[in-house]
Amino acid sequence: MDAAQLFNWVRGSGLQLAVFIFLLGTVWRLIEIYGLGRKPDLAEPRHVPGASGWHTLWHRSIPIPGMMQRAGLTYIAGYGFHIGLVAVVLLFAPHIRLIRELTGLSWPALPSPFVDLLAVMTLAAMLVVLAERLHQPVKRFLSTFEDWFTWALTFLPVLTGYLAARHLLLPYTLTLSLHILSVELLLVLLPFTKLFHVFTIWPSRWFNGDASGRKGVAV
Amino acid sequence: MSASLSRAVNVLKEVIDAPIASYFASCVHCGLCAEACLFYTETGEPKYTPIHKLEPLRRVYLQEYTLIGRLLKWVGLSKPLSDAELAQWQPLVYDSCTMCGRCSMVCPVGNDIVYMIRKLREGMAIAGHAPAGVAAATRRTIEIGSPMGVKLSALKAQIGHIEAVTGLPVPLDQEGAEYMVLLSSMEIINFPEYLSAITRIMKQAGKTWTLCSTAFEATNSGIQIGVSDLARVIVLRIVEAAERLKVQTVISPECGHAFTALRWEGPNLIGRPYGFKVKHILEVLDELRAQGLLKTQGFGDKRLTFHDPCQLVRRGGVIEQPRNLMRMISSNFVETADPGKYNWCCGGGGGVSANDDAEAIRLIAFKRKKTQLDAVKPDQLVTACANCRIVLEEGLEHYQMNLPVVGLTEMIADHLVSD
Repeated sequence: MDAAQLFNWVRGSGLQLAVFIFLLGTVWRLIEIYGLGRKPDLAEPRHVPGASGWHTLWHRSIPIPGMMQRAGLTYIAGYGFHIGLVAVVLLFAPHIRLIRELTGLSWPALPSPFVDLLAVMTLAAMLVVLAERLHQPVKRFLSTFEDWFTWALTFLPVLTGYLAARHLLLPYTLTLSLHILSVELLLVLLPFTKLFHVFTIWPSRWFNGDASGRKGVAV
Repeated sequence: MSASLSRAVNVLKEVIDAPIASYFASCVHCGLCAEACLFYTETGEPKYTPIHKLEPLRRVYLQEYTLIGRLLKWVGLSKPLSDAELAQWQPLVYDSCTMCGRCSMVCPVGNDIVYMIRKLREGMAIAGHAPAGVAAATRRTIEIGSPMGVKLSALKAQIGHIEAVTGLPVPLDQEGAEYMVLLSSMEIINFPEYLSAITRIMKQAGKTWTLCSTAFEATNSGIQIGVSDLARVIVLRIVEAAERLKVQTVISPECGHAFTALRWEGPNLIGRPYGFKVKHILEVLDELRAQGLLKTQGFGDKRLTFHDPCQLVRRGGVIEQPRNLMRMISSNFVETADPGKYNWCCGGGGGVSANDDAEAIRLIAFKRKKTQLDAVKPDQLVTACANCRIVLEEGLEHYQMNLPVVGLTEMIADHLVSD
């Protein structure tokens, strides 16, 4: 398979296959998790304004008092990498074009140099996240193969995307092929790894906030 | 698989629900929960990371409820849970967790970790991996009626003593009273001031109340050890008494987990809502204050601070009431760092104080409270949980800190406007 054939495959059958597995896997996992259901809570709830699942859905993104002092780097690198990732995925002009071709939806893009900057910020934040996982005793203790693997799975699309956009290192078509391929790999594995928190974080926050909200405590 | 292990796995399979599956699917191993746990912050040992304490439950979830986990188990790549592992996890699930729920407040993906600890304890207990001290306390509650083996005769003796000292009647089994008052054994044995305080406060407020001879004990170590069957028996005893005496409200005493057991877990344990209200004594006192039925005098200038019992505040929603009441007795009330729902545990909740294996680690964890108190330098420490109170007193003594600990209800009673 030469570079042109690879490019055609990743843009054609490869993409279709990856999206298919991603969608099927996501639906399967959501049913597997939420199909378990939960028992109704029979204790008479309190009604305190602001204490609810909906509150926790967004409020949990803010660290509670004292946590920035204890784990500031985790929060800052975490914010940097998540915000950067969302921005480069959704606000880069070529990505928006692809989304428009697939769905008909589109929105304004950020200027390319700004996206470049965000990509570098994302990569830097991810390297900090990795360094912290290697050095901070709790993170290292908790880490399994999956943690290192999913880090690489997330890092590669950003790295190859940046190289492709800047025409660096390898021939453009090959870099772009590798970029698309790495995204496909990410899509295929996302439902079956911890990356699935993209979806489950929202119900998890809601369940927690709801349970506590019934007791009248906003968490 | 041994019989006890298979019982444990069955129980764990049964307790796993959509929230638990969602929580395990969401964990990214960020380790932030460790920073919220006093057993980690005071030891620096990663094994005390809250999410790690749930490993047995996570394995059962993966192997029983996920396609990938079932496949891995089938081809032998995921080893099944063993009795040895459950035994190994006992110090993590019981000795070094007070179910304070602080971890559930910081998890960025929103995992309610303490909810899962409570469920994991169900499996641990059925397999015989619960600490002997807490198991024995639960057995005594079922057989004798109280975890410390306090019998009705002991309560009657105390009633007689209080009636003699206060000159006020202490009603027992009085049908149709507005309030049914519960106690913890700790209050009967160590802190009789509590019942005396209730007697005087109810007199001033002009409220009818009663104790019940078949249900005077509120504590429920069934929920600490994780045996819902026993917890249900203990709750039912109170529910039947309250419904028989036709009281409007049952007052949970100055005990954190008794409140959680009766107020939040109780209806779910017995499978129906109650025909009466359950309130913590501080809720009742704050209502009486708001109605103008509670009047205090004689503010001291002593510097007072309040220790928030986890089950009452973060896990129970009684947050503002103690503050309102503190201002009724002191003009010099100061908060420690992280007050209210952000409080740090005394280190002895969730059955830890009744667990001999946990004594050493509990005293280490107390350094968190010590740091908070050293920063504020109060003259007196007020709380509203007899268990916190004992644990605080032991910790303060261990670190040679000269600081008296008192219950908020008795403080209020001592400042009542005299007729």
